[in-house]
Amino acid sequence: MCNIGITGLNAGDSPAPGVAVARCLTEHPDWSGNISGMVYDALESGGLDRKLASSVYLLSYPKAGKDALLERISYIQKREALDVIIPNLDAELLNFISIREELADMGIRMFIPSDEQFKRRSKVNLSKLAAEIGINTPKTRLVTDRSHIDVRQDELPVMVKGLFYDARMAYTLEEVRHHVHKIASMWGYPVLIQQFIEGEEYNAAVVGDGKGNLLAVAGMKKLVFTDKGKGWACVSIINEDLNELAEQAVSALAWPGAMEVEAIKSKKDGKFYLIELNPRFPAWIYLAKAAGMNLPHLYLQLALGKEITEKMAYRSGVVFTNYTTNLITDLDRISTLFTNGEVDYYAKAV
Amino acid sequence: MIIDVHKLKELAISESGLIFDPTSGTIYTSNSVGLLILGALRDGKEDIEIRNLILNDYDVDELTAERDIYDFYNQLRGSGMVKDV
Repeated sequence: MCNIGITGLNAGDSPAPGVAVARCLTEHPDWSGNISGMVYDALESGGLDRKLASSVYLLSYPKAGKDALLERISYIQKREALDVIIPNLDAELLNFISIREELADMGIRMFIPSDEQFKRRSKVNLSKLAAEIGINTPKTRLVTDRSHIDVRQDELPVMVKGLFYDARMAYTLEEVRHHVHKIASMWGYPVLIQQFIEGEEYNAAVVGDGKGNLLAVAGMKKLVFTDKGKGWACVSIINEDLNELAEQAVSALAWPGAMEVEAIKSKKDGKFYLIELNPRFPAWIYLAKAAGMNLPHLYLQLALGKEITEKMAYRSGVVFTNYTTNLITDLDRISTLFTNGEVDYYAKAV
Repeated sequence: MIIDVHKLKELAISESGLIFDPTSGTIYTSNSVGLLILGALRDGKEDIEIRNLILNDYDVDELTAERDIYDFYNQLRGSGMVKDV
């Protein structure tokens, strides 16, 4: 019996990973436990799914800082006796890293990177990391001030990216300035300007053991894109070059837990270019489970300090597609979450 | 002409004509003649043998069969499935 806290439950057109992670855990044959949803907004759609979480708690936005998070989780812990928390959002992870010892003292385990590991793979430091381990990556520069955007005409097009979220293609210098302003107003500075590599995007979800070993890797290629470039339908693949890239990154970082590797196979030279290393499971992680690798279950075993005995075999050619459906709940329940900050025993409600 | 068909052996091919490349995730479709050529290439057959297979199964002349084979080779080259050695 395990009580798990899961964040990142928004499941809209640009979904967070939480719902998929919860489904992977609860559909494993050995699963026995409860899921507590931890949301930043009472309308995070996964938090409204009574079958997914037995309770839902509102958290302060990450900007409120680590102390607010610690105080909130201390409260939740008295109610839920959590064994493990799986953070699923980039923007919250530094706060969780900062309070990991306090959470461990409460009996809550996580399998997350250190502050140093987290920062080494950040978009800001990715070029440096890639150079250290001999991986190709697009040239990237930082913009810390709107008045210092030094992109030349002959460098276009470029990708303009936020530190945690958002990536937009710019074909003109005017578009570069426009995207920098938009992204900075939403996510703050620095904003990154990255060389555009023409080619096909490949993704891999991985779990590392924290000692430099890659325990599992699941490859994916997008088949159908949303207008934000997210994968709406995807297929599982087995690509040795992609797997090797993932292994190099996990090994260099001695990465513990979940990570998503994003890479582009260049149309020009056929080489893989590392685009991002996201410090969490991807939203498509349910595909990995469907194709034979239940990475969230593996993560849970690692977080609990259990010996890994399950053998997993990955299959290519498994397709998943998102589809939208409707969840029904009472407005009272949402307002209770707004005002009280929690809804208990969701499964018993309605 | 000698072509390297190593990559073709990795493909998942369904009878309906759906071809899946498990390393790139790319999905192709093919008609029955394409499937016949792919199967023959994977079995290591030579151009003349492949032409004869087509002549056995379809009511076409030699020239048409050869042209179709080379057109298909060009498509395979374009998608990176085979390369000349």
